[in-house]
Amino acid sequence: MKAEVEILYPGLFSTIQDFGRRGFQKYGVPLSGVMDRIALKTANLILQNQADAAVMEITQMGPKLKFSAATKIAISGAYLSPKLNDTEIDNNEVVKIHEGDILSFGRPEYGMRSYLAILDGFKTEKVLGSRSWYEDITSHEKLEKGMKLQYEASEEEKYVTHAAIKFDDEYLKSEEIEVFPGPEFEKLPETLKSHLRQSKFSVDKNNNRMAIQLSEVLENQLGPIITGPVLPGTVQLTPGGKLIVLMRDCQTTGGYPRVLQLSEKGINIMAQKKAGDMVRFLLKS
Amino acid sequence: MGERGILIEFEPEISERLLEKLLFYKNKLEELYTEVNVEIINTYNSLLISYMFSIENLYDEVSAVKELLSEAKIGKINNRQIFRLPVCYDEEFGWDLELIAEEKNLSKEEIIKLHTRPFYTVYFTGFLPGFLYLGGLDEKLQISRKNQPRMKIEKGAVGIGENQTGIYPKSSPGGWQILGNCPVQLFNKNNDPPCEISAGDKVKFYSVSKAELKEISAQVSEGNFQLKKENYEG
Repeated sequence: MKAEVEILYPGLFSTIQDFGRRGFQKYGVPLSGVMDRIALKTANLILQNQADAAVMEITQMGPKLKFSAATKIAISGAYLSPKLNDTEIDNNEVVKIHEGDILSFGRPEYGMRSYLAILDGFKTEKVLGSRSWYEDITSHEKLEKGMKLQYEASEEEKYVTHAAIKFDDEYLKSEEIEVFPGPEFEKLPETLKSHLRQSKFSVDKNNNRMAIQLSEVLENQLGPIITGPVLPGTVQLTPGGKLIVLMRDCQTTGGYPRVLQLSEKGINIMAQKKAGDMVRFLLKS
Repeated sequence: MGERGILIEFEPEISERLLEKLLFYKNKLEELYTEVNVEIINTYNSLLISYMFSIENLYDEVSAVKELLSEAKIGKINNRQIFRLPVCYDEEFGWDLELIAEEKNLSKEEIIKLHTRPFYTVYFTGFLPGFLYLGGLDEKLQISRKNQPRMKIEKGAVGIGENQTGIYPKSSPGGWQILGNCPVQLFNKNNDPPCEISAGDKVKFYSVSKAELKEISAQVSEGNFQLKKENYEG
């Protein structure tokens, strides 16, 4: 049976995401997809969904949602004090939803982005192989008041395990970002290399799904490169000496030197950082 | 590049010879990877093989790629096409025509002539969905970007930035000098493939009047504009 989530209040910035859009980088289409894949996998695992079922990615100030029919949900990632009707609920557990239930969020406690999974995933439009929202590719780019998102209602008791799976949320608080040397790393002077290894960097307020800028200014003598490929997790060094960590919605090519490349885990940890948080690069080779 | 990508870099130059080589290897790699979920893109002097998930055995992957790249005989790329794109160089769209004319000591007619003459080479698509990186701009038209980028450049705007020329596939902020508008939709998410023009193809601009632009725009929005194209024998 078709059912919908109605957006009563959109919150700060929420989108529908899955693992992203594959096969279209050659047309300049970003990969997109959830910023934090660990949380996506966890929330879907709890509901025994397909690993890539579409979820809602919620940034800091969550929305207020009304469900039109029974289902089950699970929330993972950042803890944004979720409430079902008037009762506080926890992250990482199955929550039963009845017709007319209202889900809202309160104070952001830790982490940057929270993930709301629903039984069988959100059934919003699929464009170029993915349900991930991206400007001009999908019809929507963020939640708006009054919007209605489709899902499959499930009256019958689908068996969902309540076996105690231990979820490790420690990564949400980690400051250590695992990185590999980027293509232009070797061109950096030794002092800058060791600076990248040893210093702490703070997350700038200039951060979104495309890129997260770091506040510190480095002494940079590297000029631009011939425009080349970039990926989520590529760290660029601008002519002005700022480090920019490219994230899931990043462009497919870029002209700034690529000094570091985050590991998958590093990207997931970075996705949970907010302005003012500190990070340290752990260089692997 | 990290756990999900293998970056292959060639000599740092922008040339058709290198593009031929890249596209040849790209085809070869695509044949090698038919069984695996990877995506390969090229830029001016790089190929990036990106994996959906982490690479399991990097050593094996890299040696397979190296073996393939050791093949010395580069074949010609087939199926290259020339696309003829209409551009209206009227002052209504050519916001910076006057500035270019003044700085380069050219008349507007000369600018249009110089801009429509070359067969531009499509090196790759990047920056925005459907944005073509074109090579072959006449030196006389090379001009630096605006010091202060404009907040909004119209969809279809045709611009110049240093030695590059290109078309904004959607309205966005930008620093290029704008000389006209191309009403053709270069990226359409409902088409398969969403972008008809690809790396290795050629683009040639032709000048149209405001009336013609209007007509073409109407055809584009009704979905019955036929892009002029022909095969290209390099």
